[in-house]
Amino acid sequence: MTNEALQNLISTWIPELEFTEEKSQFLNITVQPEQLHQLMTQLKSNSETNFDYLFCLSGVDWGAALGVVYHLESTAHRHQLVVKVKTEDRENPTFDSVWTIWRTAEFHEREVFDFFGIQFTNHPNLKRLFLTEDWDGFPLRKDYVDEINMIIK
Amino acid sequence: MDTTTIKNNFRSEEYQINMGPQHPATHGVLRLLLTIDGEIIKKVEPDLGYIHRSIEKMCERDSYQQIVHLTDRMDYLSSHINNEAVCLTVENALQVEVPERVKVIRTIIAELTRIASHTLWWGVMGMDVGALTTYFYGFRDREMINDIFEETCGARLTMNYNIPGGLMFDIHPNFVKRTKEFIAHFKTKLPEYDLLLTGNVIFQKRMKGIGILSKEDAISFGASGPVGRASGYSCDVRKHHSYSAYDKVNFKEILKTEGDTFARYQVRILEMWESLSIIEQLIDNIPEGDFFAKTNTVIKLPEGEFYEKVETARGELGVYIISTGTKNPYRMKFRSPGFSNLSLLNHIAVGGKIGDLVATMATLDLVIPDIDR
Amino acid sequence: MGINNTPEIPADFPGKVIPGGNGANILVTSLDEIINWGRANSLWSLYFGTSCCAIEMMQTGAARHDYSRFGFEVARPSPRQADLIIIAGTIVNKMAPVLRRLYDQMAEPKYVIAMGACAISGGPFYYNSYSVVKGADHVIPVDVYVPGCPPRPEALLEGMLMLQAKIKTESMKTKVFPIDGFDEGL
Repeated sequence: MTNEALQNLISTWIPELEFTEEKSQFLNITVQPEQLHQLMTQLKSNSETNFDYLFCLSGVDWGAALGVVYHLESTAHRHQLVVKVKTEDRENPTFDSVWTIWRTAEFHEREVFDFFGIQFTNHPNLKRLFLTEDWDGFPLRKDYVDEINMIIK
Repeated sequence: MDTTTIKNNFRSEEYQINMGPQHPATHGVLRLLLTIDGEIIKKVEPDLGYIHRSIEKMCERDSYQQIVHLTDRMDYLSSHINNEAVCLTVENALQVEVPERVKVIRTIIAELTRIASHTLWWGVMGMDVGALTTYFYGFRDREMINDIFEETCGARLTMNYNIPGGLMFDIHPNFVKRTKEFIAHFKTKLPEYDLLLTGNVIFQKRMKGIGILSKEDAISFGASGPVGRASGYSCDVRKHHSYSAYDKVNFKEILKTEGDTFARYQVRILEMWESLSIIEQLIDNIPEGDFFAKTNTVIKLPEGEFYEKVETARGELGVYIISTGTKNPYRMKFRSPGFSNLSLLNHIAVGGKIGDLVATMATLDLVIPDIDR
Repeated sequence: MGINNTPEIPADFPGKVIPGGNGANILVTSLDEIINWGRANSLWSLYFGTSCCAIEMMQTGAARHDYSRFGFEVARPSPRQADLIIIAGTIVNKMAPVLRRLYDQMAEPKYVIAMGACAISGGPFYYNSYSVVKGADHVIPVDVYVPGCPPRPEALLEGMLMLQAKIKTESMKTKVFPIDGFDEGL
């Protein structure tokens, strides 16, 4: 399906979505955190879109907001999509977990928690993955400072 | 006391053992916490981070040419293909068209890297299940490819030959001749691999029927590369999102349906034959021309988000760059194939024995610096 | 033991003084040579490769450049049975206690070769990285440094031969344990 047809179909499900195609090679959808799980479930189960392959889940620190970017692909129809979700809350950012929809999200969400501090509800095992348990801080945030270990150039 | 009474009175308990970071069978520093009941595995929990070198944070302060140098060290067995991924992303973002010669040479070198990675995998796979001779056979053939690379690129393992815009130098005059010699030599040696290991009755009994992965699970876990193709999931990036010169060559995508350890083994052996055929189709027709396209010395990507994927020897590697127009990326994310392949280890190893776990991990072909980045 | 073996020589003594020592020195020197020869020519290394340099170490053990012709016959997986660690690869904050524990489990005499730029000083990951230990000699004392990224198998062989030459100059009388005083500062 082309980006036009996808946009027309998905906007009938949830009205408050924002669609854009500029500055990116895919169709980008920005969704509010409360409707994230509902949108993802419909994207996978609807037979015309059928997005069954989540190929990249990355956390991003947008400066003022923290967010997560999901790259989706359908193995049957071979179209691709990007879903973004953001929150302004830097003390306690929380999103819904999508691991029941795509099993690969289990490890990826642990990695995002490790580096950005974003919590995911309903996750079976949300612990740090790469750093030690007693590490202080979230390294990939833009305001992370570590004078002992990092030698800045 | 008869055996039934003894069996009923014997209580077995679960306990946890550690397959530690320093272990000959884990192919790098991976720590597995096994919960076992006798010899049967109940749960496998990987503990990562023993080689986490914070490459993504370092990339936010490096220029794009320096980032290519770092990606070499991520999955060091397919280092050319990693470099090609970053170069393709940067070139597509800048809308730079590389010459045909560059595309063909990149494809030939990528396929040679794939063969080198699979021969090393085969040598070490034999060692894991107890056949120590295969180590020497695998490395003997890999040395020939290392010699070809050393003459053209200057290094044996971490070669920064691909740069954004093309290649760093032109190929050596001996490159074509030596590659053809290698193809002729390797075609006589690859049947030896089958003779040594594939047809061996002990090996087959050890590998068939364990570690079964179904097609829906493969898609849901994000498995790619030979792991996905052995379960019937058609995931070859070279076919579905073609790049470089792959749309000009004829090659088959190897698919098997059983999804067990032996199927993953067979997929890789057959992939080596396909790589030889790709190189043969291209080696005589390298077009003349420049070996690079002109770019600025200080590369600044336009504002926006860019994503490209390539097929390494392990699976699908994705490079995601968010740029705000400066000379460093704002956020750089590498989607590594080993990360998704490792997440299905718990799913397929439960219920088997510890010896089966070692054989299954060997066919998943994990390289731990690729997972930890 | 209370016996003074070095006699006082007067300042205006004419002629040449030939030190007599005690006859035992000759025995100790020949014993030294035999023991050093035995130790140097049969060093068994531990399987410790963390990243890319491990592949070059494996190539050094394979058929073309073979390190077993110099005596490094097998690589043992257990530290209790090894007497050489070749640190091949980057050492990270999470891995440093593991490396220290492996070194402590080895029996004396033990030797360490730091292979590759990452083990010498952090290598390409020196700047801007929050988790790399800038050199393995912050964790354990190192005998030989082999530079390169990754070093060629021939370079690693030269490093191993240099270690053998270093072992042959050791002596039983002046035994030195490099780990003494290491934790308080080099």
